[in-house]
Amino acid sequence: MSRKTISIRMPALGGQGAVTAAHIIATAADNEGYYAVSNPFFGAEKRMAPSESYARLGVVPIYDRGEVVYPDVIMVFHPQVITMGKSYTMPFYSGIKENGLILINSEEDLLTPEDKKLLEEKNVYVLSRDFTKFALEIAGTELATNMAMLGALFGAIGIVSKPSIEEGIKARFLKKYVASGGTATLDSAIEKKFKRKLELIEKNLATASAAYDLAREWAQEQGIEPFLPPPPSKEQAA
Amino acid sequence: MQSVENKEKVNKKGQRLVSADYILFEAPREKHFMTGSEAVKEAVKRASVDASVSYPITPQSEAAHLIGELWAEGYVGVYFRGENEFGVMSEVAGAAMAGARVITTTSGPGTLRAFENFPMWSGTRIPVQLVLMARGVNAPLSIQPDNLEVDFLLDTGCMIWYAENVQELFDMIIAGFAVAEQPDVHVPVITAVDGFFVSHTREAIYLPPDDIALEPYNPYKSPMPVIDAEVPPGRFLRDPFVMKSNYISYATHASWQWEVRSAIERSRPYAKHYLKGLIEEFGDKDGDVVFVACGTAASQAKEATRVLLDKGIAAKVVKLKTIRPFPVEEVLEATKNAKYIFVPEFNVVGWLERELRKVLYKKSNAEIIGTPRVAGGMTMPTEVVVKEVLENIK
Repeated sequence: MSRKTISIRMPALGGQGAVTAAHIIATAADNEGYYAVSNPFFGAEKRMAPSESYARLGVVPIYDRGEVVYPDVIMVFHPQVITMGKSYTMPFYSGIKENGLILINSEEDLLTPEDKKLLEEKNVYVLSRDFTKFALEIAGTELATNMAMLGALFGAIGIVSKPSIEEGIKARFLKKYVASGGTATLDSAIEKKFKRKLELIEKNLATASAAYDLAREWAQEQGIEPFLPPPPSKEQAA
Repeated sequence: MQSVENKEKVNKKGQRLVSADYILFEAPREKHFMTGSEAVKEAVKRASVDASVSYPITPQSEAAHLIGELWAEGYVGVYFRGENEFGVMSEVAGAAMAGARVITTTSGPGTLRAFENFPMWSGTRIPVQLVLMARGVNAPLSIQPDNLEVDFLLDTGCMIWYAENVQELFDMIIAGFAVAEQPDVHVPVITAVDGFFVSHTREAIYLPPDDIALEPYNPYKSPMPVIDAEVPPGRFLRDPFVMKSNYISYATHASWQWEVRSAIERSRPYAKHYLKGLIEEFGDKDGDVVFVACGTAASQAKEATRVLLDKGIAAKVVKLKTIRPFPVEEVLEATKNAKYIFVPEFNVVGWLERELRKVLYKKSNAEIIGTPRVAGGMTMPTEVVVKEVLENIK
């Protein structure tokens, strides 16, 4: 099955950095030469409340906007998305396409036998790991969970190289931009914690890279083909 | 004399002052990756804005905040936070009446709170630009995309433009000043986008360099006298004869209302030039299934035409870039072979369908179908657009 675009849905909890992850995913894919759009959706901007972000990548221009109702990939940032239904859609995998992919940040297996049966029928691959552990062990803070998640995504879908991911992460932290008032506050909190911005980037990169390697190996074991054809030629002027 | 000449063409930030034509069509462009809010900042940075007033409301808060950063960097003359949106729209009006180029931003309930000011803007013929990031109007509370508020604005005497994406938003802001400030137009322009779908979406955009900026606004080309120490504010608004109940006061009001609307009509050739046409066609030019849409609804329709094409159905999208003026001739031409016209919208009332029916009445045999219609923050998945088409065509 050859896709022209992939849509990624990221159910997360407020504060986990899913908006940032979506932006970095899109930026990295753009660096790689793909068409890319990221698009967060906010409810009340508060910690631990359900929050979703979306990214769309493709080899053709992407016009589609808004919530991803029919995703190719779902990245579950927190076990509570499943255990407490902190998701915009129920069940969290509603709308998942055939041959899709689900990444779950949990060391426990949170899927019921019915879930598994349904997902198997659709030939959906599921990778459940404690990605926060990567963040804690490598970056020393669970705030880097989003880096582990996006690293794992790219490892699994196999279309964006590590240098492009690095560029995406650097663009996020070296360029000044504000996603929301809450993000600005979070940024200063992160900066205090890490003291130096460059150190922060290094740790983020290392976290993403480790998760990338794990997911890449897993994808190869599963025989998962790259999710998109190679990117169209770069830098076509508007 | 060389230095004097140079001085005239460079602003205090060292930006070379250039025409809108140069910024939009001639300057080299480089690819960037940013959100709609960031694109607003980039446009304002290159627009020689004299004054901006802000008030935070989701989803335009970030754009307002970023204009404030430009003020801190010295690119915007005056910037402050108003008391509320009514204050904001009044304050930018005051600045514009005094001859300033002004821009502001708002959304949803903010638009409604400010509402009295919009017909006042057009009536006083000030070329204010409002970047409107449409969101649901309460209650029940919604901060999500929904463009019902645009319906309310249609007859305020302001030009209403609708940008589809981040790129178009940037270009429209520059073009907005160029068109609104034409002496024979000189009415406000409301540059609308869908909140979140554009304001918070990050995508590729091609920008001219930031060492150029639009030539400053020349208030002495205004059809209304600029206020100063001798000309009091709103002089014409309170001339005694207008305040009396007699025929000439009624006639003054009525003729001025017509004049404001005529000014919007006169904007057509300028808007056609700076926006490269009042509509954009996408898909199969000869398709008999036609979507007429604006903003994100046009984006979703574009995706749907691809899917329909795979199913052997020839479809096209007629995207409206301006709603006021309404691109009447363009729409008639683009829909002349249509068998079915779908009008996908992000509001419950279907204001674009209504506008379109008015224009096509007795001029088209196409079946007009006001669907899909979503609201309150709902997404309009491509699959839904396709499903509606398949269910409605024979």
